[in-house]
Amino acid sequence: MSKVLILAEHDKGALKKVTLNTLAFARQYVAKFGGSYDFAVLGHNVAGVAEALRGYGAGAVHLADHADLAHPIASAWAKVLADLAKSIGADMVVAPATTTGKDVLPRTAVRLGAGMASDIIALTDSGAFARPMWAGNLTGNVKISTANKVISVRASAFDAAEATGGQSPVVAFAADPALASTRVKFVSFDGVQSTRPDLAEATTIVAGGRGLKDRFYAVTEPLADVLGAAIGATRAAVDDGYAPNDLQIGQTGKVVAPQLYFAIAMSGAVQHLAGMKNSKVIVAINKNPDEPIFKVADYGLVADAFVAVPELTAQIKALRG
Amino acid sequence: MKILVSAKRVSDPNAKLAIAKDGKWIEGDVEYILNPFCENAIECALQIAEANEGTETVAIGIGDDETARFIRQGALARGIDRGILVSAEEASIDSDLIARIYQGVVHREKPDIVLLGKQAIDGDSNQVGQLLAEYLGWPQATFASKVEVSGNKAIVTREVDGGLETLEVSLPCVITADLRLNEPRFASLAGIMKAKKKPFDELEIDDLDLEDTDTKVQIVGLSTPSGRKAGVIVKDVEELVQKLRSEARAI
Ligand SMILES: Cc1cc2nc3c(=O)[nH]c(=O)nc-3n(C[C@H](O)[C@H](O)[C@H](O)COP(=O)(O)OP(=O)(O)OC[C@H]3O[C@@H](n4cnc5c(N)ncnc54)[C@H](O)[C@@H]3O)c2cc1C
Repeated sequence: MSKVLILAEHDKGALKKVTLNTLAFARQYVAKFGGSYDFAVLGHNVAGVAEALRGYGAGAVHLADHADLAHPIASAWAKVLADLAKSIGADMVVAPATTTGKDVLPRTAVRLGAGMASDIIALTDSGAFARPMWAGNLTGNVKISTANKVISVRASAFDAAEATGGQSPVVAFAADPALASTRVKFVSFDGVQSTRPDLAEATTIVAGGRGLKDRFYAVTEPLADVLGAAIGATRAAVDDGYAPNDLQIGQTGKVVAPQLYFAIAMSGAVQHLAGMKNSKVIVAINKNPDEPIFKVADYGLVADAFVAVPELTAQIKALRG
Repeated sequence: MKILVSAKRVSDPNAKLAIAKDGKWIEGDVEYILNPFCENAIECALQIAEANEGTETVAIGIGDDETARFIRQGALARGIDRGILVSAEEASIDSDLIARIYQGVVHREKPDIVLLGKQAIDGDSNQVGQLLAEYLGWPQATFASKVEVSGNKAIVTREVDGGLETLEVSLPCVITADLRLNEPRFASLAGIMKAKKKPFDELEIDDLDLEDTDTKVQIVGLSTPSGRKAGVIVKDVEELVQKLRSEARAI
């Protein structure tokens, strides 16, 4: 019997949906191999996050609320998460493969003597974990041979779990982050301001590449507005300063799988495809018909994006009245 | 100051990959390159060394003679002072053992900063820097897009979800490099010539006094995921809208 501890992801006091995708993995795991799951909420003034998780069938929602956990400093979070896992006898710790999960989980694994598998997309019947490797060109099935296991979950590979009702108890955990001894200080956070849906949560994404140049937003924004979509970008568009790093999709950025993905003025490099090729419907708009993006697109339009996208925006707007 | 920096070779991202017969790694005639993130780490180490006189830079790679070539050509030829190769079979070690090998080298070398790529573009695990930092009990600053070292501190800007975070870490520390950290320089011809004469140590894992050399994670099978098929080319925006509406039911 396993006891799975799920680290909740939250932002400014609000639960992030990727936590529920991660929960879907945990439910699959305990359905297959037996056991139960609890949530861990780390942070400061985050009782609301714990409250929001009570209806999801967890044995308990552990709340480690401490001023020194206000920012996800990896060494402090890993210590508290591992302390909590030990105190409740959890043999598996999982978190979404966000930048926080990637930062915190390996340190947690060391503290638990656990092997860690990153970016899990599926579970096999024999207990192996499937994960994309080589930018998703190969899938590796990996076994973790230690009794304790740590897993980061690729949220886009699991549908968000539904609430089951019930009221899991919220249990305060006396966290001892020992931040002072970890010799690291938070200085500042320069956040991207946006009223759009999160890339990880959007059902439609309008993504632009380097071809849009300094008209990146002029082209993508109106279309995203009519569709209620999130905006994404290639690495080249970010490198050239047309879009912030938070929008980068790909092997080294975010991995998404929306219902509809517009790939505009981008070539379709393997590293970009690694982050979006599991989207349900892909539309490519590019002026060069030979670009690899057309090999993965369901619908391709060979056209100048500066002309075609405004036209597309107008037609969809007209349709929607 | 002393900086230890990673030099890992990876298969070329555009290479056609063949899965080895035992299904545990790739095989055959693939082109290799230096892991792009290690290139950023190396460039960062060189820039810190240039700004701080008396800094020694040491590149470490884990693998066979082929890896040695990448340490020389990718790191020493660019200006890193020394190289260390730890012999191991790449296909049979996991992130945890790699981190413990690094830890063994850190105990011998006593660097002030260990700089690694944030991930290797073959295994894509993004773990080694963080594992190493915990094994050493050091602070970490991962996914760095800006690094400033002054005195015994590093101010590091990190690319994280939602924006950019800045941390101040005390040395010794572990930093992992993201791609926007810098533009890696090319090796000059003189650099390539010099690299041949730079000190180069070859170590066995046994030299590092690890508690054990067990792995915690094993690849049991590699496979090729089913790809997407190309769809249709539409003739204009009108046809695209019509198809998205009535065929894909996506808008
Ligand atoms: C280690 C590593 C990791 C990487 N990780 C990522 C990653 O996570 N995400 C990522 O995206 N990339 C990543 N890359 C970069 C990747 O290899 C490509 O360089 C990048 O994706 C290219 O971006 P792009 O398609 O916008 O630019 P380009 O390849 O320059 O393509 C521009 C496209 O715009 C088209 N175009 C130009 N003008 C117009 C117009 N007016 N109308 C229509 N079309 C037009 C051109 O035909 C061309 O196809 C990584 C690279 C490395 C080495």
